[in-house]
Amino acid sequence: MLSVENLEFVYNDVVLVLRGISLQVPTGKIVALLGANGAGKTTTVRAITGLAAVHEGDITKGSVQFEGADITGRDPSDVVRLGISQVMEGRRIFAELTVLENLRAGAYTNRAGMSASMDRVMALFPRLVEKRSATAGYLSGGEQQMLAIGRALMQNPKLLILDEPSLGLAPLLVKQIRDIVVEINQQGTSVLLIEQNANMALSIAHHGYIMETGKMVMDGDPAKLLKDEDVQEFYLGLHGDEGDRKSFRDVKHYKRRKRWLS
Amino acid sequence: MTDTLILAQATVGGIEQFWQMVVGGLALGTIYALLAMGFVIIFKATQVVNFAHGALVAVGAFLVALTAVEIDVPGRWIPSAPTWVTWALAAVLGVALGGAAGMVLERLFIRPMVGEPLFQIAILTVGLDIVLRTIVDDFAGLDGRPLADPWGTATATIGPVTVPHTQLVQLGVTVVAVVAVALFFRSRTGVAMRATAFDQEAARAQGITVGRIFGLSWLLGAVLAGVAGIFASIFPRAAGVSSATAFVAFGAFPAIILGGLDSIVGAIVGGIVIGLAESAASVYLTGFSNVLGSGFSAIIGYVIMLLVLLIRPYGLFGTEEVRRV
Repeated sequence: MLSVENLEFVYNDVVLVLRGISLQVPTGKIVALLGANGAGKTTTVRAITGLAAVHEGDITKGSVQFEGADITGRDPSDVVRLGISQVMEGRRIFAELTVLENLRAGAYTNRAGMSASMDRVMALFPRLVEKRSATAGYLSGGEQQMLAIGRALMQNPKLLILDEPSLGLAPLLVKQIRDIVVEINQQGTSVLLIEQNANMALSIAHHGYIMETGKMVMDGDPAKLLKDEDVQEFYLGLHGDEGDRKSFRDVKHYKRRKRWLS
Repeated sequence: MTDTLILAQATVGGIEQFWQMVVGGLALGTIYALLAMGFVIIFKATQVVNFAHGALVAVGAFLVALTAVEIDVPGRWIPSAPTWVTWALAAVLGVALGGAAGMVLERLFIRPMVGEPLFQIAILTVGLDIVLRTIVDDFAGLDGRPLADPWGTATATIGPVTVPHTQLVQLGVTVVAVVAVALFFRSRTGVAMRATAFDQEAARAQGITVGRIFGLSWLLGAVLAGVAGIFASIFPRAAGVSSATAFVAFGAFPAIILGGLDSIVGAIVGGIVIGLAESAASVYLTGFSNVLGSGFSAIIGYVIMLLVLLIRPYGLFGTEEVRRV
């Protein structure tokens, strides 16, 4: 459905952030994209959805294909109309608008299907029904994240990109968000889930990618990734021998480098 | 303003004078409110401080003079209809043309500047102001051009006050305009505009075409400015559109700052307050002209603005963290 080929991305003409990444999101699946801070996850989203220009960024190589059409560098409103919508990092809800108005803003490109989408979102998030005329800025963090996801669903997308939906949420809420993502996927929407929370993302994904400093370093079956020694150490905080705590200080610097880099 | 002064002196002293002052102040205040609303809409949606807003007022009035007198829309196509209908039609056409002009200006001069420092865009609007005013001046000449409104100098007496028909129309039109703007901001496009004003990038991510919203905000601003322009250039304020029409913006400027630059409610309240203050000053402070000098009413708005800014630097209704140019 979505296929990113060899994408290279530069900010301000000098900062090379993506060094030729490729990824595929098959129809109807959840694909997880993991990576540490600064790996280029959010940049990948911007490159796909066309929001790069705002940040003085440019795609210098590679292409983005969606359902067979080339959407490299297309205008964000075109991308949305084609059926890709995103939940931005940090929620970015319209704090001064009410919940209902936020959702209506989300349905900007979907005038005909608005009431159907509204029903779907309200069914997914009963909390939003209660708070529909509240000012969005006064919602709790979890409610804001639900609103952000709901707003993205108002466009009735074929592919939903979630950029760190678990950011800054309590474990219980993370679980709730995770279940919602699964539910959305079961309703027929493909999902590209971008996360730092590897445990959460890999537990629901059908395929996982791991990104580091602008490159894809690993990809594969989530179960396999979860068992990987490096993923365990660097993303899950586990070390082979249980109970034996390990300090980064004790590791020789060349050993700190992840094995996949050497 | 002189006209309120004249009317106020016709009814001597006491409560009559007070009500006369209030009506005159409301009439002036609604002009300021219309202007300030347009300014705030443009500022909120695009972050552009539009110094050409006064010129848009003049352009609006100029275009109405063009449609109503020069092109003579009423006489040419529907001579049998009552004058106020045909003239209103001409005025609507003129104001709509003014709105279109605002949109074209945005597309030609402001859109290419998106991403440049806001200060540069503000300076650009100063240039626009000069150019537009020059064009209007050239058309209006030294004597100005009348708008040929059907109400003329007729007045009505309501209780203790004498009100020109034009000001009654003006009050009605302003109320309609405010309601229309309020309704607009609840519509799909209006919600999109508010979303864009709040977070441009997030709005883009929803598929909102931000460029269109920019153009639309200029259209709206120019339409409101045009409506203000009509009432600023007919009886009792002026005899037509002239080189002085654009300067009504100087009166509205304190209203914008007082309301708080980014609040539409603030613009309306600010406009009315400044209008009333000017009117009151022209009636009650004339006795102090030996101390304050003559024409103190023209600067009373600025005095109020400065006093309010001392206490609330972001205006009465403004957001605290508004980015200033």
